This record gives sequence, C-alpha cells and structure tokens, in this order.
Amino acid sequence: MSTPNLVIPSPREITTEPRRSDKVFRGVVTGGGLSSLLILGLIAVFLGYRGFEVLRQEGFGFIMNSDWSITTDDAGNVVESHFGLAAMLVGTILCSLVAVVIAVPISIFSALFLNFYSPNWLKKLLIAIIDMMAAFPSILFGIWGFLVLMPSVEYWAKLIHRYLGFIPIFDMQVPVFTRSPFVAGVVLAIMIIPIITSVSREVFAQAPLDRIQAAYALGATRWAMIKAVVIPYGRSGVIGGAMLGLGRAMGETVAVFTVLNIVFQVNWHMLLGAGGNVASLIILKFGDASPYEIKALMAAGLVLFLLTLVVNASANFIVKRTGKSGR
Amino acid sequence: MTTFTPTPQKPWRASKRERGFDFAILLGGFLASYLLVALTPMKGKLAYFALFFISYALLAALLKGLTRGSAAAKDALVSSLVVVGAVVTVIPIGSILLTVLQKGLPGISFGLFTHDMALATPTDPLSNGGLLHAITGTLTLVALALIMSVPIGILTALYLTEIKGRFTGPIRFLVQAMSGVPSIVAGLFILSAVLYPITKAYSGLMGALSLTILMIPTIARTSEEVLNLIPNELREAGTALGGTQWRTVAMIVLPAAKSGLITAIILGVARIAGETAPILLLTGGGDKVNPNAFNGPMGSLPYYIWKSFNAGSPEAITRAWAGLLVLLGIVLILFTSARFLGTRKISR
Repeated sequence: MSTPNLVIPSPREITTEPRRSDKVFRGVVTGGGLSSLLILGLIAVFLGYRGFEVLRQEGFGFIMNSDWSITTDDAGNVVESHFGLAAMLVGTILCSLVAVVIAVPISIFSALFLNFYSPNWLKKLLIAIIDMMAAFPSILFGIWGFLVLMPSVEYWAKLIHRYLGFIPIFDMQVPVFTRSPFVAGVVLAIMIIPIITSVSREVFAQAPLDRIQAAYALGATRWAMIKAVVIPYGRSGVIGGAMLGLGRAMGETVAVFTVLNIVFQVNWHMLLGAGGNVASLIILKFGDASPYEIKALMAAGLVLFLLTLVVNASANFIVKRTGKSGR
Repeated sequence: MTTFTPTPQKPWRASKRERGFDFAILLGGFLASYLLVALTPMKGKLAYFALFFISYALLAALLKGLTRGSAAAKDALVSSLVVVGAVVTVIPIGSILLTVLQKGLPGISFGLFTHDMALATPTDPLSNGGLLHAITGTLTLVALALIMSVPIGILTALYLTEIKGRFTGPIRFLVQAMSGVPSIVAGLFILSAVLYPITKAYSGLMGALSLTILMIPTIARTSEEVLNLIPNELREAGTALGGTQWRTVAMIVLPAAKSGLITAIILGVARIAGETAPILLLTGGGDKVNPNAFNGPMGSLPYYIWKSFNAGSPEAITRAWAGLLVLLGIVLILFTSARFLGTRKISR
C-alpha cells in the first residue's frame, strides 16, 4: 500500500512590506516634504556664512550701534567701516507696533461685524473683498500710500501732535511730519488689517454655538454675549493673529521704503520724519554697495530673518492653541 | 357668531416706533456732525466722518440707555463701533481701486501692449514705449516659479495628508514659518547662495528662484486644506481594490482634488505676481523683451512700476499707475478665478 503523494502547497507569503513603487513614492514625497526644512536651513546658513565676517568684526555692536558708514581707498579696499543696525531695528519695531496698534482694534471690530452682525449676503461679499485685499501687491500699497494717503496722514499727525503732544512718544523737537514712522505704520496697518481680520474671524467663528445660545437664552444682549463667550474663547487666537500681522509688517520692504525717510539715528518719536527699517535699508544700500557692505547687508538680512521667524513661530503656536490654526 | 382671525405677529421685527427712533438717531447724527463742523474749528471730510459716527453712536447709546437701561446702551454703542470697524476696513480698498482706475486709465493705450522700453525712457511722452517687456517678463518669471514650486508644494501637502510620517508636526510648523519669510530675505538668500557663487549675473531665473521660495508655502498650505477635504472612503476604496498607496494617490486622490489644487496654484501665483523686493535685487530689470530667462537682465511689471515711479516726472508717474492697473488686473483675474474654482473644491 502506497501512501498518497501529498503535495503541500507552501503558504502564500503575507507581508506588510510596501511594494517597491510605494517605497519610491514615500521616499519622493518625504523628500519633497522636507524641502521646507532644507530651504529654511539653507537661508540661515548662507546668510550667516556671507555675513559672518561683518558679524564677527562688529560683535554685539551690530545690533547695538547705529552708524552705517564705510570708507574705501582708491583701490576699493576697506579702510574703515562701521555697521550698526540699532536705529533700523528700533524703526522696524516702532513702525510695526504702530501698525499693529492701529490694525488690531479695527480688525477685531470688523471680524465681530462679519460674524455676528452682518447679514449673510454682505458677509460673503465682505469676506471676498477682504481676502482680495490680502492679495494686493505691496508696491501698490506703497505708491498709493505715498501719493494718496500720506497728505491726510500728515494732517492727522499734526492733530495728534497738537492735542496729545505732552505724551513723550508723540512729542518732537523739530516739527517735520513728512515720511515719519507714523505714516509707514498707517500704511502697514492697512496692509495687515485683512490678515488679522481673517484670522480673528476664523477664531470667532469657532466659538461654541451652545454657549452662545445659552447666553442669549439667559437674556444677554449681543454685546454681553460677545463679552462673555466669544472674547474669552478667541482671545489667544486674536493675539496670535496680531503677531502674524506683526511679522508681516516687520518684513515688509517696498511699501515702507516708499513712505519712510531713513535716518541712521535711533528715534522713538513716531511722528518725527526720521525712521528706520531693516528691509528698506537693504533696498536703499544694495544699489551701490561694495562687496564688503553687501556682507553687512546679508548679516542685516539674517537678523531680519531670525526676528520674523521668532515672531511668526510664536504667533502660529498661539493660534494653534485655540484649535484649528488660522491663515 | 363672529369669526376672529388673529393677524400673524412677528415680535422680533422692529416696531414702527423703533424704526422711527432709528431714523431719528440717524438724522440726529447728521445734524450733530453738521453743527459741530460748522461751529467748532474741526473741518474737513475726516471731521464730518468721525463726528457723524461719534454722535450717532452716542445718541443711539443714550436713547437705548434711557428706554432700556445700561446693558442695552452698551450693546448699541458696540453695534455702531463694529460697523465703524467694517467701514474703516473697506475704505482703503475702495480708495485703492478707485485711484488705480482713475490714474491708470489715461496711461493705457494699445501701444502699451505692443512696445517695450528699449528705445524709450520713463520720462518720454506716453506714446513712446510700452510695457510688453514687463508683461512677458512677469509671465516668464511666474512660469518658471510655477515649474519649480508646484511639485515641491504639492509633495509637501501630500506628505502632510497622505504619509503623515514622523515629521508631520515639524513640517507643518516649518511651512507656516516659511510663509512668514520676508520677500527681501528670500531675495538675499538667492543672491548669496546662487547668484554670487554660481551664475554671477542677473537673470530671470534668479528672480524665479526667489519667487519659488515665496510661493511654496502658499501652495502647500492651500493644497493641504484641499486634500484634507477628500473623504477618507475614497482612499479606503482604492486600497480595498488592491491599489498600492502610490496608485491610490495618483489615480484617485489627486484627480478628485484637481480643481482645489488648481485654486492653490492660482493663489500662489497671485501672491508672487506683484512681488517687488526680490525682483529688484535679482533680475537686473532689462528694458527690452528678453525671451531667455537664463541669460541677460529681465524686465517685469513690478520693476517697471518701480523704475517709472522713481523717475518722478508726470509721464513716468502715469506709466507707473498704468503698470499698476495692469498688474492689479492680472492679480484680480487670478484671484477671482481661484475663488470661482474654490467654491467647488472637490470635482467629480
């Protein structure tokens, strides 16, 4: 008796190992995803590398002093150079703070209007218009600001100086109102209002509906409801939106350059026509800069890059804490 | 027996009396602002505007306060403030659009689109020269930037939505940080990393590289939002049919998200089309049509506007406004089409 010839098929191999096509796909996508890391890293490395010489020579003076001068002999060698960004940094911060102080209340009010007061058709229209404004080129704001807005803003500055001049930052020794940080701040405010408005609007829209209705059911007026529910819920989101706007205002170049008078002297008087701005400095000096001065400009770019990076990163962190992040 | 039909009541509607009050407040606001402008040294449009809103808000608050108490007064005050906020937000947009149309239209002529500035300077009469070189330059720059930034942007979005690997959190954070990089810094980076060590000459490509850096985050973030809207069932269906992840993404997810991705790309283009600072640093701004982006200076709309604006004569300023009108037209067309496509984010 012969045993039947048993053929035992080998079990099919079950594997969770991805196919080759998937491995390639995942590799390519991960590589693409890491490009943002690569680009940001390269920006810091290259600007640091080019600006290293100047940064080492100036040390902390680069952000503490405010001279910007370079002397070269006939052969083009650098005889003496002083590079300091203090005036520019103060100016950048002053302009952006003016912008944020003006823009935040307006943006909060218009975001509240869009979410809780406006009829639906108007809301859709206004959102489209405000988003569109965020896409306007900055050179447009610059030229419009210079030719159309500046005369009225100077007039407002004179009014503020006349009636509020006793407050130190509104004070000035010489009455020069043209091309002041205040003018730049107003232009920047108009540029960042759409950004802050849309972030605030998105944050306010997430305020829990049950609590809103509970407030109404308890007999609250609309403002009492907003104060009790919407503002506590959206506060940190609005702060984050304001910081996003601050970051945008700090990095803005062309619009500020057209309306600001750049002076290498630290000036905290916002109505006085002498300001500074790191980004505008780069445009101003780039045209006829010697190779060594270009290095200083690279270092200035690095400082600006790090400044905006810190502001933006903390803004995103704050916005994210309120739930879904804004724009 | 008399039948009694109750008339429908709408208690939430403002009664005739209340509407009368509202109208009276409005009238009172106008009157108060007119009187204040006439009687005090405050003059001008600004004074009218501000005083009208202030007196309207105060009158409304006062009336509500007298009839309904302090809570209603505060509510009325905030209602008017909120309207002021919205109006102040919209005024600059209106003013910008109006000024650009008003000052740009006289500079627009047919010759503008058929000539370049090779034989003309910005201060020449308007019949000389045009902005053909600027339009072709901007189109070349945008096209080059698109070729480089679309793959990277969409790959980043795919990583964030499809792979969700270890780096998802950090990459999302970095993309957001990247969207805040000032344009001038992007320009300086290309200057230091590519132009000085490698090419040593201004060209359109350099400008396009810097625009790429500015465009990637816009495309990546908008695409991520779009891809997140694709229902997960579609991905599961793809896997259930035996598709690998690559096939599922390429054959199902991306086609489903097509119109949304196009919206993302258009928004990216709208973001960079008017970018000026890096263009000033990198392209060299030529005055004649230059079809070769890899060699020789290349003009573009922002550069043309900048140069004309800085030339300063009335003709040059008109040229700048005409350029701005063309640029704004391009941006608005792009933006409107993006919104139009974006209203149906998932196509069939």
